Amino acid sequence: MSTTGTSDTKGATGAGLTEIRWHARGGQGAVTAAKMVAELALGQGKHFQAFPEYGPERSGAPIVAFTRVSDEPIQIYAGVEHPGIVVVLDPSLLGTIDVMRGAPPDAVLLVNSEMTPTEMRGHYALTGGRLFTVAATRIATETIRRPIPNTPMVGALTRITGLFPIENVVEFLREDFGKKFPPKVVEGNINAIMRAYEEVKGE
Amino acid sequence: MSAQQTETLAVTGNEAAAEAMRQINPDVVCAYPITPQTEVVQLYAQMVADGKVTSEFVTVESEHSAMSAVIGSTAAGARTMTATSSQGYALMWELLYVASSYRLPIVMTTVNRALSGPINIHCDHSDTMGGRDTGWIQLYGEDHQQAYDNCIQAVRIAESMDVRLPVTHMYDGYVISGAIGPLVMLPDEQVQEFIGPFKAVNPLLDINRPVTVGPFDGLHGWYFEHKVSQNRAMDRAFKVIQDVADEFAELSGRRYGMFEPYRLEDAQIAVVVVGSTAGTTRMVVDKLRAKGVKAGMIRTRVFRPFPHAAYAKALEHVKVVGIMDRADSFGAQGGPLFLEIRAALYDNDPRPQVLPFIYGLGGRDIFPDNIEQAFQVLQEASRENKRVSTERRYLNLRED
Repeated sequence: MSTTGTSDTKGATGAGLTEIRWHARGGQGAVTAAKMVAELALGQGKHFQAFPEYGPERSGAPIVAFTRVSDEPIQIYAGVEHPGIVVVLDPSLLGTIDVMRGAPPDAVLLVNSEMTPTEMRGHYALTGGRLFTVAATRIATETIRRPIPNTPMVGALTRITGLFPIENVVEFLREDFGKKFPPKVVEGNINAIMRAYEEVKGE
Repeated sequence: MSAQQTETLAVTGNEAAAEAMRQINPDVVCAYPITPQTEVVQLYAQMVADGKVTSEFVTVESEHSAMSAVIGSTAAGARTMTATSSQGYALMWELLYVASSYRLPIVMTTVNRALSGPINIHCDHSDTMGGRDTGWIQLYGEDHQQAYDNCIQAVRIAESMDVRLPVTHMYDGYVISGAIGPLVMLPDEQVQEFIGPFKAVNPLLDINRPVTVGPFDGLHGWYFEHKVSQNRAMDRAFKVIQDVADEFAELSGRRYGMFEPYRLEDAQIAVVVVGSTAGTTRMVVDKLRAKGVKAGMIRTRVFRPFPHAAYAKALEHVKVVGIMDRADSFGAQGGPLFLEIRAALYDNDPRPQVLPFIYGLGGRDIFPDNIEQAFQVLQEASRENKRVSTERRYLNLRED
């Protein structure tokens, strides 16, 4: 198991450009998560871009969103074809969508699941990628009291990629969420992020 | 000049446009929501409700009514704005001509989206390209920053006494409108100082000086002369657009012109492109340059009035020019931008080859590889000594 630090994810964040593809179902907050990572990148003085691939906007329908984080200004305006990081907010998508499409063999795959990465590989016959899992829905239910896995997934992503320090994520939640939500919700989200940060499992 | 810049914000393209509107704080906004513009209207309604602006916000039951109300409001003597997309723009159609012929300095944000049918909500430029002859000035933006910058400049252009024409500024639906990107804003008071107070010309509500707006102007009237005067205003708009851009550059440090050339000085092949795809194209140009290919590009900003002479000059040394249209003109020789530029280069000696490419209709994604394919066509054409076919080439078209 190797979940800490940035040293094991150089492939995903190399050349100063990180490209993330998010797979989820409508209502799970993937677009919010994609945007949150962009805003966190801004806080690090990096360049950023986040956008959903808009389709029929129905709750429960599969959706895709993208985030780019870069040391250089981002000029490209097209979907991410070769993501270094793939984040799956709903494990049921693994059975229906090739979430690793276009991803290089060393891409990080982070899945919201109760399974360990080893169990997951066997269950879905997954090959390639560096697999991480975190029980984000359970964490969200226990901390935010709602089964919305997006913020815990950002916590897990922070741990795996080291894109930004976890303290910055917590601070961002206090400031940004603090403007929109009551303190109880903000603290719930911070707990969710911290737990996912601690509990994410690698192979 | 105190260029007090604020920090970089992470916003959607629609938020950028709504923030520009907030800083402009027009007297009246009349608007109807439509995807993907909706967020602009929603945000502005919230600003009105929160007392962040003093605008009278008129909710209407359709875009036809929105443009009608905008026309009435501007004619009455109020600085008036609106926003739309796609079918909404199409529904405004007959009023778009009325607005320009009354010489009303309306500013409208149009978030570019495909037209039905089949029904489609995604980005292309069919809506405003279809409206290119409505007598409105058209400014196309590339990214979030330009959604903001063009909106502010549009006010000055429209209201210039040399112009007095409605202006629409555009950005790509979803690709920009719904995406999070960077924005640097000017301070509120600097924007107010830049646009200055609204100056009404022959306002309807000046009861001491009654006027009629829009009376019948038939066979023995001046209709023909009115149309000629609209075109003369378009001619004068070139200088105004540039002057406003130069003044804006002093405040912001961001320079704009009729179009934006990139690595064009010694280019043998070049692409002309509108909107967000310009960014992707710039990347491709860099990649080709690194391989020794003399590639360049132009991003179109001002489409009406069309600066044909400036294109003829800028492209005079280029052997083959590829025009990337995100809209088609069915039955014509190519897309709207192609037709303009091919005509603009007709008098050039030597006359470059100009080839039409169509891409991205209904939101079809456009990847760097697709743009590279276009450059390959240009490169092959530049090697041959004969002219190649000007049939349309489609980028990222499904061929099954």
